[in-house]
Amino acid sequence: MLKGNLGLIALSSLLLSGTAFAQEKIKVGVTATLEGTYTVLGEDGMRGHQTALNVLGKKIGDKELEFVVASTDATPDSAVRAVRKLIEQDKVQILLSPLSGDEGIAVKNFAKTHPELTFVNAASGAQETTYVDPAPNFFRYNMDGAQWQVGLGKYAYETKGYRKIATVGEDYSFIYTQVFGLVLEFCGAGGQVTNRQWVPLGTKDFASVIAALPDDVDAIYLGLGGADAVNFLNQYQQAGGKAHLMGGSIMIDQTILSSKGSAKNALVGTIAASGQADTWEDPNWQKFVKAYQDSFPESKRFPSPSLLATNYYGSTMALILALRQVNGDLSNNQAKLKDALAKIEIDAPNGKIKLDSNRQAIGTNFVTEVVDDGKGALFSKVVKVIPNVNQTLGYDPAVFAKIGLPSRTVPECKKY
Amino acid sequence: MSLLQSTQFRPDPSANATRRALIRTWPEFQNPAAWLVALILVIMPLIANGFFLIEIFATTLILGIIALSLMFLAGYGGMVSLMQLTIAGFAGYMVAVFGMSGNANISLGWPWWLATPMALALATLFGTLGGALAVRTEGIYTIMITLAIGAAFYYFTNQNWAIFNGHTGINTVATPHFWGVDWRSDIAFYYVTLGVAAICYFAVQHVSRAPFGLALQGVRDNSRRMAALGFDPNAHRIAAYAFAAFIAALGGVLQVWNYRQISPGSVSVGACIDVLIIAVVGGITRPIGPFIGALIFVLLRTFALDVLIKFGLDGNRFRLLIGLGFLAIVFWSSDGVIGLWERWRRRNASPTQRSGGGRLG
Repeated sequence: MLKGNLGLIALSSLLLSGTAFAQEKIKVGVTATLEGTYTVLGEDGMRGHQTALNVLGKKIGDKELEFVVASTDATPDSAVRAVRKLIEQDKVQILLSPLSGDEGIAVKNFAKTHPELTFVNAASGAQETTYVDPAPNFFRYNMDGAQWQVGLGKYAYETKGYRKIATVGEDYSFIYTQVFGLVLEFCGAGGQVTNRQWVPLGTKDFASVIAALPDDVDAIYLGLGGADAVNFLNQYQQAGGKAHLMGGSIMIDQTILSSKGSAKNALVGTIAASGQADTWEDPNWQKFVKAYQDSFPESKRFPSPSLLATNYYGSTMALILALRQVNGDLSNNQAKLKDALAKIEIDAPNGKIKLDSNRQAIGTNFVTEVVDDGKGALFSKVVKVIPNVNQTLGYDPAVFAKIGLPSRTVPECKKY
Repeated sequence: MSLLQSTQFRPDPSANATRRALIRTWPEFQNPAAWLVALILVIMPLIANGFFLIEIFATTLILGIIALSLMFLAGYGGMVSLMQLTIAGFAGYMVAVFGMSGNANISLGWPWWLATPMALALATLFGTLGGALAVRTEGIYTIMITLAIGAAFYYFTNQNWAIFNGHTGINTVATPHFWGVDWRSDIAFYYVTLGVAAICYFAVQHVSRAPFGLALQGVRDNSRRMAALGFDPNAHRIAAYAFAAFIAALGGVLQVWNYRQISPGSVSVGACIDVLIIAVVGGITRPIGPFIGALIFVLLRTFALDVLIKFGLDGNRFRLLIGLGFLAIVFWSSDGVIGLWERWRRRNASPTQRSGGGRLG
């Protein structure tokens, strides 16, 4: 028991010393999935964040930004715990968080309990986060999973001639949102989605999933990410799978395309859609790719930034630019900053981004196809660029509301 | 053996009979260190700010309560149950389902004073049923069957959307407000947690010395002999599961109030094993052990990343530091921190001065 006492006394002295910090710093908390299935995604997200700091600098007028990083594992619990630690222990004033879909929903709800602070979404893309009961102090500068699928359904149906597809996806909000976007467009064009399989996040054994894939479909859509995607591809190849593939936004992404081993080669020719395309010729994009490559040695980065790096870059950029507009003024519960964030339009590497009334991004989407660059590296090549994609995907808001929220079975495969 | 041990304690002969009885029941009332800890815990809000109060101490108390239920089963009943966190998580889910939350299509919207007892009752029932299954086995088979229950519950919550809302879990769970107090505000919540932890601690302490607890320890040490004496070993074990389930459920309710959300990550297999680590690191021979283990666990989990970065090391390896810390404790003391303390005390005091009702106490 004496030991317990000593510990307590040591602690209380520790916490007294931890409260004071210099005034001229603006403290920003960042979370990324540095553990679990999405570790690779979190690490590249942090690279994108670092690239933004290298390009834009950390100075806001005469103040300086200070960043505190906390790790999560893509579960909502870990995100709330990390955000609470950043706010309560590290006393951050602004949050750049989180990375993954369900984390986003939990952090958005948590943001309501701290209306005085500002939350800038880092990369999460579940629709519910900003569509249902949005938090006034939560800003999202990346599109949601459904927006990132715009163009894919039509392209698959019209150009590739796919009529029937099946989907395999991770069983959580972001992938529901992705499949939602795909199904709406594909079925709207006249296609059929015959089978939707859902696997828990962190699945390692896909044998039963692969065995249950239907044979009579034209293509299989994969909504997987991180370690799950690599595991699936390995096992799919071993099982001799030869179907045409279609990919979600974190499936056809450098986090997978740069993975070790030959399994990724099954992806050559796969069509996908995402908020970016690796080989886009836009000078702004090329400049970003160069900055990313220059920021890290070749062995410690991907050949080209992943979607997560781009999202973290975009959100960090929006935050820094808005802070500069208000000259780092965080008085009056950060009212000026929130105002600036809501109005700001940024020239992000992946196209212009502005926010709607729910503080959700309206941006540019890309339909892509995976190509081999001849040296064994895979990239996503632009097939089509679609500007000004909004959260209701061009539907009338009333019609869109009737479709329902993305889930395992919503939307139905029909024309709305 | 432990039946005899608890009567070995001989209080000061000059004290009168009631005092003697009191001291025999609560020997810690005599211990100045215990009073000091209690005092520090009560005035904690004066010393600690919101973060330390809630994220460290309240979290420690909550995890300690859950681990205490495991300590009770393992220490006094000889049954290592890995489903204690699952029971706590079940109680948390039930609070979210019966009470109010942001998921209006799932939550029934009952007021907290109705939802909480319901959650406690259901979780106790759940734990008792799990216990009734588990008592048919012994040793490693108990661990396996309770782990199976935990794993099954985790995957079930992950994939069931009708009640548990799948991987997203249930957000914005309402917390109690009454008598004009927001019981989730930092200081009020700390005292609620402290009060519940104290009740659980003394309840376990009391039960361990009550006839039921003594019989349970008898069942642990030699169930056949106890059966020959006319006790029903399985009934005692199931009752122990029920008692432990109630304690775990209290911890689970506090946990969901603390985070205001619950999702499958809270009941994952990893988290179930964390509770075992907490109990083992703290020591499973005394009720104070789980709380010490929880404090160490929470400190390591919260600060390992910062410590590594402070020393200029790669922060991504913080789990390694946590693992090494636990390894070191278990290596030097198979009986956790409590064991270290006991050994230290034994070396400094006369070897006959021993008290307590645990296996090695």
